Amino acid sequence: MTTRRLPRILKALRRTALQAVPTVIGILILNFFLLRLTPGDAADALAGEAGAATVETLAALKSKFGLDLPVLEQLGGYLSNLAHFSLGVSPRYNQPVAELIAARLPNTLSLMGLALVFALVIGITLGALMASFAGRPADRVLSVVALLFYSIPSFWIGLMLIVLFSVKLGWLPTGGAETIGANLTGWDAVLDRARYQILPALSLALFYVAIYARLTRDDMIEVRTQDHVRTARAKGLSPFAVTRDHVLRNALIPVTTMAGIHLAGLMGGAVVVETVFSWPGLGRLAYEAVMGRDFHVLLGILLLSSLLVVAVNAAIDILQAWLDPRIEVR
Amino acid sequence: MHGTDTFPTGALAAKSLAADAEDRATAAALGAERVPAPPSEPDFWPNVHAPDAARTVTADVARLAPVGRRHALLVFLSNPTAVAGLLILAVVVGAALAAPILFPDDPLEMAGRPLQWPGQNPRFPLGTDALGRDVLAGLVHGARVSLLVGASATLAGLLAGILVGATAGYFGGVVDDVLSKLIEIFQTVPGFILLIVLVAIAQPSVPAIALAIAAVSWPQVARLVRAQFRAIKEKDFVAAARALGFGHGRIIFREILPNALPPVIVLASVTVATAILMESALSFMGLGDPNVVSWGSMIGTGRDLLRTAWYLSAVPGVAIVLTVLSLNLIGDGLNEALNPRLGGEG
Repeated sequence: MTTRRLPRILKALRRTALQAVPTVIGILILNFFLLRLTPGDAADALAGEAGAATVETLAALKSKFGLDLPVLEQLGGYLSNLAHFSLGVSPRYNQPVAELIAARLPNTLSLMGLALVFALVIGITLGALMASFAGRPADRVLSVVALLFYSIPSFWIGLMLIVLFSVKLGWLPTGGAETIGANLTGWDAVLDRARYQILPALSLALFYVAIYARLTRDDMIEVRTQDHVRTARAKGLSPFAVTRDHVLRNALIPVTTMAGIHLAGLMGGAVVVETVFSWPGLGRLAYEAVMGRDFHVLLGILLLSSLLVVAVNAAIDILQAWLDPRIEVR
Repeated sequence: MHGTDTFPTGALAAKSLAADAEDRATAAALGAERVPAPPSEPDFWPNVHAPDAARTVTADVARLAPVGRRHALLVFLSNPTAVAGLLILAVVVGAALAAPILFPDDPLEMAGRPLQWPGQNPRFPLGTDALGRDVLAGLVHGARVSLLVGASATLAGLLAGILVGATAGYFGGVVDDVLSKLIEIFQTVPGFILLIVLVAIAQPSVPAIALAIAAVSWPQVARLVRAQFRAIKEKDFVAAARALGFGHGRIIFREILPNALPPVIVLASVTVATAILMESALSFMGLGDPNVVSWGSMIGTGRDLLRTAWYLSAVPGVAIVLTVLSLNLIGDGLNEALNPRLGGEG
């Protein structure tokens, strides 16, 4: 089995690389042109700080930063900077952009991970319930509930959750990442962080709960009509066992595929949710960068989050080639 | 009709039309579900006019034939949730249109004593905010911004998406390769972050926000249109049109596009909903047009008083939820009415 798996994965790797490389190049070019569109370049900013600048000094500054070169040469310079993992320096924080982002990335990833877990668990449960009541009033009601979840802005439900659980009930903190000054260690620290993460993750997850619920419902109904399910039923398995082992399990493959595709959306959603809960992640950094007109940071975030999406999707592709031999390597 | 017991699933047939996982998700998210029962007699299909077509109508043809407009309307109107969505949207549109008559004063001006709770003062049924502005007036004027941004962003996104998708799907080959890659790139970049970057660069104003939202929502349209075109261009009537010597433009816009539209119309209603959500998130974060009142900015300013006056954030949020929900309900109903094919094949 494993001997046959290896060439398949190598093929998948090659295909993924062939697909990902042009995408990455496209993203880089898009970023470069966005950077050029930003109002005021580095020379303008420096001249502004100096208070006064003649046309000559401005020209000298421009040539120092290579801003007077043709567009293509500037693009080359930009790419070579990136090749050295240099995303520029943020004047606001006086720190390299890459460092700033690296410091915030783990927080965002853990928030997204928890949100994805919430979305999958709640969504699949809801979808399985809907499928087992398919066509009956319960299904109809749950469908509308799912559509309602689909229509609620994440930042608003976040605020409402704060009102309910933090202000009225006082169960969970309103924002931040951990209790300041508590100096917790080990298990306590984990629990403390988890308490801060529940509400933001839930707000972020709600939209995806709706998507996974509908997807699971439709997939389960589709799988249910297949022959192997009839066989399972004929051999006398209880309806619950049939649903759990034969219907749900097969219906989950497309659902998990979707989870990878939603990564980009989750990342964007995290930006808004993080500003609601003062969660110290990439989103919060992006917000601060917008407020400070710190375009280097903003574009660095856009670039890195895009590359992250490419990387994760490639990983999912390869994982699926590993797991499911039926997935044809094109 | 055969096999009424096999419960149809929308996602399944969407796959055959649009072979990508994402389109499948769109169809599922749109909630392609129950198929309306195909009519037993062909009289229901006003669009089957040609004598030849009329003669060959079988159950199968009837099932797969494009849906007549009147019939689709009937299916749509017999769907209670869709009608509910239509009613909610009608109220919101009515409020937006009547805003200058109902509340002729600038909603950003002080109207009364600040921080009155809803129901406290009959003059302000939804209360006043920290600056004494009437919340109801803000809500009604905010509807204008939300609907305007939602509609214009969707229109621009549809236009771009249809042009790119149709070109890619119709011509195929290298053109398709390049355009597909472009679509993929725009779908890989986290849309909301791109939106923030675009609005920050362009400076917030209602047209700029609408265009920026269009710039992040066209790829989905393009993807769907491309898949539709690829499927439809193989059909016989397109070959016939080509044999008659019609030019590419005529075949694309007069022959294929009308047949490709039904799922695009469904997607459009959901795109309006998404655009409204994006606009509200932007203005919540303080990136909206500062000169107009919008639901998102009302929530954003109310947020500072969340502990004491949470109604300031709650009320505009309910307006957003209801509007977006109504559009999604309409999208669901349209999907059932326009795309019965989606569930027809087992």
